[in-house]
Amino acid sequence: MKGILSGLRQLRQYPTAIIGLIVIVILMIVAIVTPIVLPYNQAVKMWRGGEAVWRYYPRNASPAWTNWFRSTDLAGTVIIDSAKGDVEPVIEPISADTREARFSFEFDFPYDTFPPEIILFSSAAYKDKQPFVELTWITPDGREIRAGEFSSGASTSVRFDQDTRLQRRLERETGIKGISVIKGLFDDPNKEGVQVLQGTYRLDATALLFEPESSLDLAFVSYGKVYGIAGTDHQRRDLTIALLWGTPIAMAFGLLAALLTTFTTMGIAAFGVWIGGWVDAVIQRITEVNSIIPLLPILIMVGTLYSRSVWLMLGLVILLSIFGLGIKNYRAIFLQVKESPYIDAARAYGASDMRIIFRYLIPRILPLVIPAIVILVPSYVFLEASLAVLGLGDPFVPTWGKLINDANTQGALFSGYYYWILQPAALLMIAGLAFAMVGFALDRVFNPRLREL
Amino acid sequence: MATDAITGDFDLSAEVDVESIESSARKARLQSTKRLLRYTFLKLVALVFTVAIGVYITILVANMGGAVDKIRLATIRESAALAATANPAFKYMSVEERTNYLNRQVELEVKRLGLDRPFMIRSFEYLRDGMVLNLGYAQQLMSDSGSRFVRNILLERLPSTLLLFGTANLILFFLALFAGLSLSRRYGSFFDKLVLALAPSSAVPAWFYGLFLILIFAAWLKMLPFGGMVDAPPPDNPVDYALSLGKHMILPLAAWLISSIFLTIYNWRTFFLIYASEDYVEMAKAKGLSDGMIERRYILRPTLPNIITSFALTLITLWTGAIIFETVFNWPGIGQLYYRAISAFDTPVIVANVVLYAYLLALTVFLLDFIYALVDPRVRIEGGGHKQ
Repeated sequence: MKGILSGLRQLRQYPTAIIGLIVIVILMIVAIVTPIVLPYNQAVKMWRGGEAVWRYYPRNASPAWTNWFRSTDLAGTVIIDSAKGDVEPVIEPISADTREARFSFEFDFPYDTFPPEIILFSSAAYKDKQPFVELTWITPDGREIRAGEFSSGASTSVRFDQDTRLQRRLERETGIKGISVIKGLFDDPNKEGVQVLQGTYRLDATALLFEPESSLDLAFVSYGKVYGIAGTDHQRRDLTIALLWGTPIAMAFGLLAALLTTFTTMGIAAFGVWIGGWVDAVIQRITEVNSIIPLLPILIMVGTLYSRSVWLMLGLVILLSIFGLGIKNYRAIFLQVKESPYIDAARAYGASDMRIIFRYLIPRILPLVIPAIVILVPSYVFLEASLAVLGLGDPFVPTWGKLINDANTQGALFSGYYYWILQPAALLMIAGLAFAMVGFALDRVFNPRLREL
Repeated sequence: MATDAITGDFDLSAEVDVESIESSARKARLQSTKRLLRYTFLKLVALVFTVAIGVYITILVANMGGAVDKIRLATIRESAALAATANPAFKYMSVEERTNYLNRQVELEVKRLGLDRPFMIRSFEYLRDGMVLNLGYAQQLMSDSGSRFVRNILLERLPSTLLLFGTANLILFFLALFAGLSLSRRYGSFFDKLVLALAPSSAVPAWFYGLFLILIFAAWLKMLPFGGMVDAPPPDNPVDYALSLGKHMILPLAAWLISSIFLTIYNWRTFFLIYASEDYVEMAKAKGLSDGMIERRYILRPTLPNIITSFALTLITLWTGAIIFETVFNWPGIGQLYYRAISAFDTPVIVANVVLYAYLLALTVFLLDFIYALVDPRVRIEGGGHKQ
């Protein structure tokens, strides 16, 4: 144990190992914090929830930070929801039954491109008479444009760009024939052609509620071409959820698989060598048969035919790797260790088989095993990603590999949505490289034969 | 005694000795041949047995222990119903006649596919057929030329896989060998440190680098194709065909090399270094032999068996990685075929793929023993079975 600790202390001499360790620690913190902040069930619901959960997000929007690298800023996403208290309606009674509710959605628009879509979502509670809403659009330079009116059902969505009357009104207002509603709403009248007028816009919604018990909630969404930290996918889902939740999954899969396979393999090899005879022979034969069975194809088969659960895959990986070719390597080392005098000494004082295996044989080769485990982690992380990229990712949990798969099947590279692939790919790569760098440094620390070279 | 016999020309009794020595030498040779044959035979039996167990497990998994039959039965019923609607006579049958007719059609198809016998019996038949390479018919897939023979489907795909992975691994082998040798002679140099620093890059698999390469060179720079093997339609002119093939191979080859080259060079360089510090290498240096001579005769020769073994085994195991690699690059090889077969529940093709893989692996393991003996004179096949 002391040797291992002093070995770890020696890691300080390797700058790559320190970088790797820092990255691993950060990933671990994310992996631990994510499930606490965003519990599993909630994450699954947000990822697989359907239109109801995602409808306020734009489709295929790049991450917001990509604007830093652009000369013309893409439109950002504005979500103002009265149900969430983003805006409070001013309510005034008009008659005994009727009340007037005034919503005022005010937002900054400092971008250079037009938003692709503007929608006002309205949900009302009423008995017989639907609330009636009138809309007015107020531009930064103070022009007021009548933007239509509607009766709100239990769930109504007003799509501005489908309002032909508004479109004609805007044609007159801007003097440009065939201008689309959204361009008309955001156009700068003082500039040539169609250009965005930057500044603070306001949408006033005046609602008449005809019943004392009726209520109304409005949500104004100006969809952007950029959204949030990580952007969104073709189903308007926020990629942040998948990127965050991918971390604990990748870490758990990689670490558990590497630790469990290495230790069981080592234990079996030690057991076989110590007991010897037919036990050893059987272990060797099983290893050979196992090496004929190809791991990835079997996983693909099980994924297609049985279940795609990430935990089943993990179990299977461990099961198929227990009798891996590692047994042969460990066996060769144990055969040497077995002949050492201190083992004879242990036998002489009457140590049991188990005691010799676990207290004398295995600890002896631990220094060799630790780097091997760390180096193994990325290969399992990427194995999970490989399965996901082949479309065999867990159906519930969002993972990094599944994002790449989604992006690939939706032709993200072809359509230029690079962020969609680059973000999960970068995370996978950073995680893989971090473990590999630490593992290689450990290898040099614990294998003196390598150190002097 | 032996030296006496050879040098003692004047001794009359020597002739007798020579004879007895010759005969005992012949006996020894005969014995070692016998031992060799016995060893070869035992090894072959063990390997065939191993392959059989491995393939049988695959058959069980690929058939879901017989559950795939139910899926297949449902498909048969569906297609029979579909075929019946196309039959004009079917319209005028009564309900009872219709069910009878459908049942008869399903029964015929079930019998044709041999699904009427219990799965356990059939599984052993599958095993026997697989082991003698009687690969049979595919259930869903078809070769591009329209054949249903699994053999034809496999043979059609094999050349493209061999072409890609053969080229990639040949380049990798020789590049890593020369780079490793030259670095082992100047370790601590800038390039040595560079390779050392870059070795962890191999933690990332080749298909993953492939994604990045496709992103840069195909999507962004639009210089190289996204995937596939040749342009569509394939050029008629052989020169154009080769050029188009070459263009499509650049990215996969690059991805493959990036993901393995640094680690391979690093491993082999370390290995060479360990051998370069042996006493006999120092001796050769002291004798004033040239660097090239030392590299070839004193470092490469004793390390070659290990290098070849590790390389051959990685080749075989990496072959399973072809599934995702070929899927990413849309390369029409065995790996892609395998993936398609699994998605289409086409068990004969799946099993044939595993049989092919198992035989290749077994053959490699078998041949490696002999290559060992050929390359390294110190290794001789030991007899008596006293291996502990």
